[in-house]
Parts: sequence; structure tokens; C-alpha cells
Amino acid sequence: MTRKQKRFAVIFSALAVLGGAVALVLTGLSEQVTFFRTPTDIVSTANASENDGRLRLGGLVVMGSVETLDDAAVRFAIEDANHAVTVRYAGILPDLFREGQGIVAEGTMQPDGTFRADTVLAKHDETYMPREVADALKEQGAWKGEASAETPASSDY
Amino acid sequence: MIVELGHYALVLGLALSLAQMVVPMIGLRTNDARMLAVAPSLTVATFLVIAVSFAALTWAYVTSDFSVRNVWANSFSDKPMIFKITGVWGNHEGSMLLWILTLALFGALVAFFGGNLPSRLKAAVLSVQGSVTVAFALFILLTSNPFERLSPPPLEGRDLNPILQDIGLAIHPPLLYLGYVGFSICFSFAVAALIEGRIDAAWARWVRPWTLVSWVFLTAGISMGSYWAYYELGWGGWWFWDPVENASFMPWLIGTALLHSALVMEKREAMKVWTILLAILAFSFSLLGTFLVRSGVLTSVHSFATDPERGLFILMILVFFIGGSLILFALRAGTLRNGGMFHPVSREGALVLNNLFLTTATATVLVGTLYPLLVEAVSGEKISVGAPYFNYTFIPLMIPLLMAVPFGPLLAWKRGNLAAAAERLWLTAAISLVAALAIAWLVYDAPILSAFAYALAFWLIIGSFADVWQKAGFAKNGWSKGWARLKGLPRANWGTALAHAGLGITTLGIVGVTTLEDETVLRMTPGDTTSFAGYDVAFNSLTPGKGPNFTYDKGIFTISRDGRVIGTVEPEKRVYVASRMPTTEAGIQTVGLFSQYYLALGDAVEGSEDIVVRIWWKPWVTLIWYGTVVMVAAGLISLSDRRLRIGAPVAARRRREAALAAAKPEPAE
Repeated sequence: MTRKQKRFAVIFSALAVLGGAVALVLTGLSEQVTFFRTPTDIVSTANASENDGRLRLGGLVVMGSVETLDDAAVRFAIEDANHAVTVRYAGILPDLFREGQGIVAEGTMQPDGTFRADTVLAKHDETYMPREVADALKEQGAWKGEASAETPASSDY
Repeated sequence: MIVELGHYALVLGLALSLAQMVVPMIGLRTNDARMLAVAPSLTVATFLVIAVSFAALTWAYVTSDFSVRNVWANSFSDKPMIFKITGVWGNHEGSMLLWILTLALFGALVAFFGGNLPSRLKAAVLSVQGSVTVAFALFILLTSNPFERLSPPPLEGRDLNPILQDIGLAIHPPLLYLGYVGFSICFSFAVAALIEGRIDAAWARWVRPWTLVSWVFLTAGISMGSYWAYYELGWGGWWFWDPVENASFMPWLIGTALLHSALVMEKREAMKVWTILLAILAFSFSLLGTFLVRSGVLTSVHSFATDPERGLFILMILVFFIGGSLILFALRAGTLRNGGMFHPVSREGALVLNNLFLTTATATVLVGTLYPLLVEAVSGEKISVGAPYFNYTFIPLMIPLLMAVPFGPLLAWKRGNLAAAAERLWLTAAISLVAALAIAWLVYDAPILSAFAYALAFWLIIGSFADVWQKAGFAKNGWSKGWARLKGLPRANWGTALAHAGLGITTLGIVGVTTLEDETVLRMTPGDTTSFAGYDVAFNSLTPGKGPNFTYDKGIFTISRDGRVIGTVEPEKRVYVASRMPTTEAGIQTVGLFSQYYLALGDAVEGSEDIVVRIWWKPWVTLIWYGTVVMVAAGLISLSDRRLRIGAPVAARRRREAALAAAKPEPAE
């Protein structure tokens, strides 16, 4: 092999790998990402296909809506300022899951208008609202501020 | 008083690191030997005062001094002593103090062990290291002071986040930081070499041990973190492709690439420009990781302490160091002359391939990690990029790399023979294939594609030893001589073989648990028995109790198979007194050597005695972490190789000279 051919071989294989990676990244970013939706987005969308695929549904857990079904799955509703969506989840709810608290459920919309979640996220930190949920509520003017943690009188938090 | 002393020591640390940065740099400009010579002492002094500062904060935690805001916010008087100490770095301020302590420690280690470095290079390295220390000392003092007082002091603290009250946290962050921050030394060496304009094989020889040390700690830290998340979060997952995990994984990938490219530079003086770039990038990714974790710009399941203003400060540090070093790189890279030519099929070629795949894979992880930020900034749409994306892009890039691994060490430098290497590996290929088919046959419902994945894992484990096997030459030399040759091999050869095999073991664990795991969620009442994944689980009792700083409900479950008891697990639901925060403690029983039965308690079902129980069957899962243990051991073995030992050649030469001098007869008068 001449010097030129060697260089060509190295550059060609580098381009092949990079090209493959770019193709993977582009298709991955168009097909494998999860969009965030609020209950209002879900209910009021004009085009039903916008609710296809994996979604992250975020909002507050409706008070009194949590119930455990016979097959150990959990059913609860997530609401924002305007609408509520029923969620079904087979699994153990996170430790900080509570009624009235902001959470994010990840899964897919079912044809009957309920949401089937395979993951439910609440924050480790008690005072912290998932960022997407807080932003969405702020946009809807329903933001009441984070639940205040106990602080001693001297604290200037 | 001690707290104020700690604060003062940190300010002093800032001043000393400033001197550490400026004085040697002036010395380099003016060629003043005295100014160069003072660099090591300044570096050690910086480390000592920062260590005093860290000790002072630890003291405040140990004595539960709640007049310190940081202690009040993260500690509790009834907390066990071990968690009082680990609480020091279980929060933002304290963890940054640990960060800077590690930074200063590595500087001091270079000052201490760098006896054989040219004085100019050493001074330049310590100066650059000092500049990083200055930046982070400023960051701590201006935005995250851990020594702030509260007045009047509260009587009781708010307690550390219960998730963090675990022995895993005691070890995970310090290990991770030693790895993360260890790359600062490689960065300092790279920038120093660019400033000095002298880069050769010797440079790679100096940098490689530091890269290896950092890599070993980072590997251990990531592995520890993964295991901690597995048993502590109670989700049964060992890797979530979470932004914070990616933040530590990207420096690891680049560090691994650097480890390999520095080898080429050391042996063949090739890939110089690229190696320097990787050294800069490895630490840049560490900085990026610190930024992502500390600023909270990304929503993460791991985020504990987040604050945008601090994020801005770290972003400025990030831009300054990454931008500055890359500009310097762009200015100076053209002056570097590349050394040895090589054929594409050669050891060098294989290492180029390794670097190509590792850096490309890092880029896909980086894109996935930052893409949500970009999309939100551009369109306002909120998206999350999770495991589906990363599995989709990362795994296809890793498969060809893992397939190529056994070939690498078998190819000669300069010009290798692929056919000969393939010939030596055919037996490996055959064994892996048979083993994989056997597994696919035994586990009848395993998908066909998974058989390929098993074959790949076995190929890696067995093929990694092809090189040492060949060097021993059992067929040619017979057993005893072959054995002797095996023992006589340089430790670096064993390090390579073991590290690659460890990667294979981890791969085997990942493949096993991914293809064969099973889970179920069900309602159980004490007294119930259920059967799952071939094992019987009896729910014996649910009893409340009280720990040092929490109350708990403990479930007791007996796991048995065909009437033979395998073990008892005791998963808990805890509520911590001070924070009133609930946590889950999973109950884990190791079955056989590598598999685990994993139980987590859910909530009690209202209106009945039932409690929700989630059970996972995790076959071969522990191999994931055992593999990393092998990798760490391999790194340490490599590090102990004579050829790598820092200062060893000098000591050996001194001994030789001393022996010569002693042997020489005194000249007669």
C-alpha cells in the first residue's frame, strides 16, 4: 500500500463510522425521544396522532384518585389547571408519590383515552417539583409556589 | 472557632493556589530557576491548607454543630457517625470542597512523585493545575460557602436526604471524584506541553500512569454508583442513562480512549496531536459533568442540590478552561510533528479504531444528553431523551468495537497480519459460539439475537487471553516452560488481558440480565405464598420498628426452591424522623453465584391487609459489577508494572551507579 492508500483507508473507515453514527443519532432523535405533555395538551389536541408514541405526562395527582386494583396495578388521575387524565401503572409508586403532588408518568396513550405508564417519577427531594410540571403550571397561571420546607426562624430562605 | 479556621484555611488555599499559578509561570517566562523550583512546595502547601479546611468542616459534622448552616441543612444529632462523616460530601457545598481537595491532592502527588520530570515541564504542569484550583476555590468562596453560620443556632438539624444515608454514598462520590478530577492532571500535562511546545514519547510515558490511576478510580466510582442505585433506589435498574450518569460515563469513555492513544504515542510517537486533544477533552467532560450535576439544567432522577446561579459560575469556568485550552491547542497543534507511519492493519491501526468508536460513542451520548436543552431553547418543546435513544445509538457502536478487541493485542506494531490473528482466534470463536448456542438451547425461549450477544461476551472473555496464551506458547515450549514464560510476562500484558476480560464479564452480565430478567407486581398479605421465576416466596410477617433516626415497616420473606430454603430477605419501608421522608430498602438475595432475587415493598392497599410487592428475578446481574472489579484490578496490575512505575527508572539507575561506585576500587595514593 502506498502512503496515499493508507491515508485513504483510515479516512474512509473514519467517515464510515461517523456516517453510521450520524444516521443513528438522527433517526434516534426523531423516533426515540419522549415528548412532554400536560393533561390539557392531551385532551385539547386537534390531531390525535400528536398523542402517539411514548409520552411524558406531567401534572398534579388528583386528590382522592389513587386506588390499587386487584392485579396490584395502581390507577390515579393527573390534572393541571383545566383537565385530568386517568393513568394506569403496574409497579410500585415512588416513595415521594403523594396525592396533590407534582409527578411525571412515562408511557403511552391508550385508545380509550387513558394513559398506561411504565415509569412514574417523583423527586427524591421533597420540596422539589419536576421542572417540566412547574413550568407547565406557571404557564397556565396555576403555580402556587413550591411547598415550603421547614426552616428555622433565623433562616433567610 | 474551628469552623472559622476552616473558612480561613480555604481563603489561604485560594491565595496559595494563586501563587502556585502565577510564580512558576513568571519563572517560565523569565527562565528563573528559583521561581520554577518553588512550584512543588507551593502545590503541597495548597493541598495542606485545603485539607485543613476540609477537616474543619468534617469536625463541624462530627460534633453536630448546627450553627453552621451546611451542617444544619444536612445533618441530625441522632444520625449514625458514619453518615455524619459521609454527610460532609452529601450536599453541594461539601462535595465541592471534596472536589477541590482532590484537585489539590493530585497536584501534590505530581509535586511529590514527579522527581524525574524536567523542571520546566513540572513547573508548567503545577501552574496549570493551580489555575484550576483558583477557579474552583473562588467558586466555593463566592457561591457555595460551606462555613456559613446561622444565628441563633437551631437545636436540631434537618437531616441528610435519607436516600444518601447509605454506605454506598460513603464510597461512591470520593471514588468518582478521584477519577473525574484525576483527569485534571492529564489536562495540566497537555496544556503545559502545549505551552512548552515540546511533546514526545516521554510525555506520554509521564501522562499514562496518571490516566490509568484516574481511569481505575472512575471505573470503580461509576460501578459503585450503579450498584448503589440498584439496591438503594428500589427500582431494580442498574443503569438509567440519566444525565448525571452520562456526566460520569463520558469522561470514562474519553479516558479509555486516552489510555489507548497514549500507548501509541509512547511506543511509536504517533497520534500526538490526537492524544493531546483527548487529554484536554477528558477533563473537559469532567468539567461538563460537574456543570450538569451542579447546575441542575437537566432534569435528572439523581438531582439533589440544584441552583442556576451556581450553574452560571461553573459555566464560566467551563468556557474559560475548555475554550482557552482548545484555542491554545489550535495555535500550537500545527507545530507538532507526527512520528511513525503505520499500516492500517497494525496495533496502531487497531488502537485508532478503538479511539474512533469510543469518541464517536461519546459524541452520541453527548448529543443525547444535551439535545433536550437545545430543543427547549429553540422551540420551547419539552422532550426527554432516555434509554431508548441511548440503547439505539450506543449499542450498535459498541458491537463492532467489542468484536475487534481480541484482535488488537495480537497485531504487531507498524504492520500486523490479520489472517494470522484470525487463525489464533478461531478456537475462541468456536468455543464462544458453542457456549452461546448451549445457553440459547437451555433457556428455550431466549430470542435468537440474544445468542449472538452471548457469543460476543464469551468471545471477549476468552479472546482477551489469546495474547498471553500465545506468548506463553504452550504448544511449542511444553507446560513447564510455557508456565514459566507466562509468569515472566510483563504485568502490563496481564493488565491488558484482564481489563478486556473484565469488559467481557460486564457484557455477559448485561446480556444475561437484559435477556432473562423477569418481574411481577402483586398484592400479598402476611402468610401468603407466591411462586415466581421457579422460586417460592413466602411472606412471613410485616413488623414495625424504630431505627436510630427513622421508623420502619419490615417485611420478612422466605425464598425457597422445591422446599429447600435459599434465604430470607427483609425489605423495608422507612420514614426518616427529621425530614419525614419515606424511603424503600430493597430485599436482595443472591442465588447461586451471580443471580439475584430482588424484592421491594410498595404501599399498603387501603381497605385491606394487602401490601403491594414487586419482585424481580435478576439472572447474572452481579457479573456487571464483578466485571468492573476485574477491570479495576487489571488497572492496578498494569500500574504496578516496572515500566510504568513513576520514578522507577531513576531509582534503578541510581542503584546501579551506587553499585558501580562501590565496586570501583579506591584509586591508590
